[in-house]
Amino acid sequence: MNTKLKQSVVKAGKGIWSSIPILLGVILLVSLISAIIPTSAYSFLFKNNYLVDSFIGSSLGSVLAGNPITSYIIGGELLKQGVSLLAVTAFIVAWVTVGLVQLPAESMLLGKKFAIIRNITAFIFSIIVAVVTVVVAGLI
Amino acid sequence: MKKEKSYSGWYFLGGVFLAYIVTLFIDSKKISSALNFFSTTIVKVIPIIFLVFVLMALTNYFVNHKTLVKYMGKKSGIKGWIISIVAGIISTGPIYMWYPLLSELKKQGVRKGLISAFLYNRAIKIPLLPMIILYFGLVYTIILTVVMMLLSVVQGLIIEKILSKK
Repeated sequence: MNTKLKQSVVKAGKGIWSSIPILLGVILLVSLISAIIPTSAYSFLFKNNYLVDSFIGSSLGSVLAGNPITSYIIGGELLKQGVSLLAVTAFIVAWVTVGLVQLPAESMLLGKKFAIIRNITAFIFSIIVAVVTVVVAGLI
Repeated sequence: MKKEKSYSGWYFLGGVFLAYIVTLFIDSKKISSALNFFSTTIVKVIPIIFLVFVLMALTNYFVNHKTLVKYMGKKSGIKGWIISIVAGIISTGPIYMWYPLLSELKKQGVRKGLISAFLYNRAIKIPLLPMIILYFGLVYTIILTVVMMLLSVVQGLIIEKILSKK
């Protein structure tokens, strides 16, 4: 193995190793939150108001984490229970783009300011994405 | 300073263990359910950690600082945005698995806006498209995908603007 390749592998190994406690912590935290909050509890939070519901949808999506498929399933269930498409869209977008659970890990590895600003803007953008998508989809 | 930073991850992990201990006393059933979820997730995540490790090693070996700055640095232009949007879409696994690689790229001079666009486009997953179409319809999925791709650039530019002021 040539020196450059060896150095590249060692550097990558060190990078991954230093991230292990953070990654383990995030996975354990996501697991705990998924176990504590039952998915059936979510629909009670919505108030049948477009503006308030999209804010609630984004907030819920920001707090929860996990596979995006779970967000589609919960989103589908919320739609069936009469929650607006606007709120559900804000929810599924915030689910993947905002990560309160991952925030400590993001801060440690990518910088505190960057992580906070990225998450705040992603929260606001989840509502904007929802409004634009629903308005455009409604026009077609 | 460096030493303090290297321990912060362990403090975080310790805090999470503490949350588990507290939950154990409140409702022990939740802990077994959480550990089941954890074991399922960790099995899925191990191959992705390996993938990220290989990508980090390959980036270290093949991509030098100059090339990275040319394609994803401050003057990268539209090429940089396209690279980070496409990379965000095709990357697999949980978002936090990519933090170590992004941290390395950031240190090497990759634009913060591009890192943010990568993270935003992680929301668009090609293998999951049939699932979202099933739940919300084709037209909705196409519009949502395009809107997210475009707004990820706007978000990246806003983040860069805010960070440059501080």
